[in-house]
Amino acid sequence: MNNLNVAKIQLNGDEFEINGGSNLNELLNKLKIEKNKVAIEVNGEIVENNRYSNLILNDNDKVEIVHFIGGG
Amino acid sequence: MDDSFVIANKNFNSRLIVGTGKYKNFEETAKAVTASGADIVTVAVRRVNISKKNEPLLMDYLDPKKITYLPNTAGCFTSEDALRTLRLAREIGGWRLVKLEVLGDKKTLYPNMIETIKSTATLVKEGFEVMVYCTDDPILSKKLEDAGACAIMPLAAPIGSGLGIQNKTNITLIKEQSSVPVIVDAGVGTASDATIAMELGCDGVLINTAIAEAKNPILMAESMKHAVIAGRKAYKSGRMKKRKYGSASSPEKNLIQ
Repeated sequence: MNNLNVAKIQLNGDEFEINGGSNLNELLNKLKIEKNKVAIEVNGEIVENNRYSNLILNDNDKVEIVHFIGGG
Repeated sequence: MDDSFVIANKNFNSRLIVGTGKYKNFEETAKAVTASGADIVTVAVRRVNISKKNEPLLMDYLDPKKITYLPNTAGCFTSEDALRTLRLAREIGGWRLVKLEVLGDKKTLYPNMIETIKSTATLVKEGFEVMVYCTDDPILSKKLEDAGACAIMPLAAPIGSGLGIQNKTNITLIKEQSSVPVIVDAGVGTASDATIAMELGCDGVLINTAIAEAKNPILMAESMKHAVIAGRKAYKSGRMKKRKYGSASSPEKNLIQ
């Protein structure tokens, strides 16, 4: 049974549930991540941050959120 | 004496670029970077840890408005992964200046130059300014420059090995033929290694492990800063000729009899 109020996405390799109809801004808010410190890929495509509010997440979407860490 | 360090039409003061990996914590990273005097730091692109909310971020300790972030592709073994990483890095904050490395072997961390050259050409077409980690092979370095690299970064020795410059002749050959900056990247172990790189005429040195794994990383960072300056000045001043035999420094006339 699919719950229409929930979308199950793959977030950084793990299953993650969000409210159905959420966009990327809402996902970032839920995760308490500042949008100017990350980049996001949905299903292998980079999403520019001015498109976050237009991109609604659906079941099985593969979302990658990356940031900078220490490295050589 | 004006001796500015120009990469992709941007002026930098310090010829030392430092990595930000392997430190105990971000506080130590920031202190070491400050002590090194570096204007450019390399950073890696990785998944955000979703389960840890409010995790400290590198950006909170090193302000990307004050220091140039150089996103790298560390850990990428294919051109595809490297391109994906740098496209994401650019998206984070508009970074066009990037460091490309495409590795070929997990044990030596030697670069796969075929994939590296291919990736360089693609990134240049997409508008990136690409600084490229490479083997110390003059022919392949030339190919990178032809592909549009904005800096050639031959290894001194394998990444993280601390072995120092293994092939000074090749590094010199690469420097002689290159019209873009040549920066020794990887394998520096201690200050004298950095000085030698600069004395050979290299334009800069990139160091991570030698600083981060020193017992006192902050002191080593400061040491590397001076080592790079010393080597550069020695190179610019034009060293004396080597002689086989002694040559007295004091006049040999009018000795007290």
